[in-house]
Amino acid sequence: MSTVASSPAAATAKHSRGLALLRATGPVGIACAVIIAVAAFVAIFGSWLVPYDPYVSNLSLVWVGPLGGHVLGFDGQGRDVASRLIAGAGNSMLGPMAVVVFSMTIGSALALIAAWRGGGVVDSAISSGLDILFAFPGILLAVLAAAVLGPSLLAASIAIAIAYTPYVARVLRGAALKERRQLYVAALEVQGASATSICFRHLIPNMLPLIIAQATINFGYAVVDLAAISYLGLGVQPPHADWGVMISENQSGILQGYPLPALAAGACIVLVVVAFNLLGERLFEVTKQQSR
Amino acid sequence: MVPWRFLLRRLVMLCGSVVVASFLVFAAVDVAPGTPLAVLSGGRSISPASLRILEARYHLNEPFFTQYWYWVNNALHGDLGISITLRENVSTLIAQRIWTTAGLVLYASILVVVIGVAIGLIAGLRRGALDTGMVVVTAGAAALPSFVAAIVLIFVFAVRLRWFPALGNGVGLLSNVWHFTLPAIALAVSSMAIVSRVTRAAVREEMGREHVQTAVSRGIPTGQLIRRHVLRNAAIPITTVSGITVASLIAVAAVVEVAFGLNGLGALMVQSAESKDLAVVQGIALLLVLAFVIVNTLVDLLYAMLDPRVSVGAKA
Repeated sequence: MSTVASSPAAATAKHSRGLALLRATGPVGIACAVIIAVAAFVAIFGSWLVPYDPYVSNLSLVWVGPLGGHVLGFDGQGRDVASRLIAGAGNSMLGPMAVVVFSMTIGSALALIAAWRGGGVVDSAISSGLDILFAFPGILLAVLAAAVLGPSLLAASIAIAIAYTPYVARVLRGAALKERRQLYVAALEVQGASATSICFRHLIPNMLPLIIAQATINFGYAVVDLAAISYLGLGVQPPHADWGVMISENQSGILQGYPLPALAAGACIVLVVVAFNLLGERLFEVTKQQSR
Repeated sequence: MVPWRFLLRRLVMLCGSVVVASFLVFAAVDVAPGTPLAVLSGGRSISPASLRILEARYHLNEPFFTQYWYWVNNALHGDLGISITLRENVSTLIAQRIWTTAGLVLYASILVVVIGVAIGLIAGLRRGALDTGMVVVTAGAAALPSFVAAIVLIFVFAVRLRWFPALGNGVGLLSNVWHFTLPAIALAVSSMAIVSRVTRAAVREEMGREHVQTAVSRGIPTGQLIRRHVLRNAAIPITTVSGITVASLIAVAAVVEVAFGLNGLGALMVQSAESKDLAVVQGIALLLVLAFVIVNTLVDLLYAMLDPRVSVGAKA
């Protein structure tokens, strides 16, 4: 960390490289990035941004529609819906963040190890191990984790992260294998550079655009999966605010003719997921063009 | 033509996956905090007699691998243990609910394959407003989670228009189809969008190929052109993506079942996870993983039959 920070020139170079990558995604990509940035800001500072207390219920205001400063009205327990959406952003994005960090780290490590020993015993052991892990859909693993560890965001995030790891590793292994065969890697090896140093200083930086693209897409998927698990009652626990929890809390309102609270939470999920998906897809296209 | 060697290799992989998956499902009891007895009883205080029954059932005083062996052996004989909350055989509970889940997944799969491919084909063959509209709509629909689709469908078609019931299974075949329509759409919608996008892209690519253009200039009728030259080649990516998405429906069905109050396997598994009824969760998880792996294997096999390069092991 300190070595990176101590070289401002390198930091600026990296910064502008990231910006160039973003600019290459075009207006759609930039619009998505703006949505993601706003969502991230709300997720981090949500507890300071809420206009009303998201946990105080007023039973005389149950299912009351938009009213005065309460732009989205009140939920089934008379709580301010807008405040709960803002407060819920944190939980709805914290889990996916953990999933992406965990699955990308483990997945990249497995991919690099497998690719470095390409074709050997280690490679085939890792590859067939991953093939077997493909047998576990994320939601199934999360339900199992909830049954065993008790329902919580942590248990759900761990389960989803484990389910994503083989997908990450499979895509990155292909890319790492291609990079590994480049002449400069052989040249560095001849010069006596160690495998770890080549991986960290050359392979990973060169694969970074692909890693970022994959992390972006996976973040979108993780938002959906974790919201689904919280909706099922096996993730974030009420009364804590979370978009998935809000849909399940307010589903009865739909049947009674008060759809706004549940639909608003659904809209937040869809907006964030579309932004992550589109940006991720654009980033994939850009990396494909660059590697040609 | 069936590629036997490829089939054999995939069957070995299937068995490997099932063995490892069953092992992980079984080992969950030991990963859980607390003694196995406490885990199996779901933290409830039960009578010493019941505890002894549990101990004997799971052979808890024997080594871990012996316990696993007994468990697998019982499972193979259709004995998945007893639900601690419902006081019923797990296999009986599964038998009561399996058709709900199977019906829902089948219904949704048909929607995905038939409607997804049809939309993609139309958009791929025609340029213009229809195509643009379809690209925009499917981009949104592909990102629509099943439970969000569920509440929107319930609101529009059950509460406002009253065309379909909002909750429950219904009685009798016709009523079943009626009750399962909204759930199947909710389950299928994002997969349908993904399949139609891939179909559109594949059809576009084939239409631009030389052999198709040659066929056009030779004056081959449109229907025959599409069937013989376009779809035949586009079938490979379409089959792959349809297979992957249809397999994923098996797990997501749980969410839709809960949203629409259907008494399927997924809903039971979720309910059992909440009440820490581990035998039920294990039994259903095992069955769903098995279904998932079998569907994936079938898709791979179909893929190998469509593209002989795959079974030869040639690398693209």
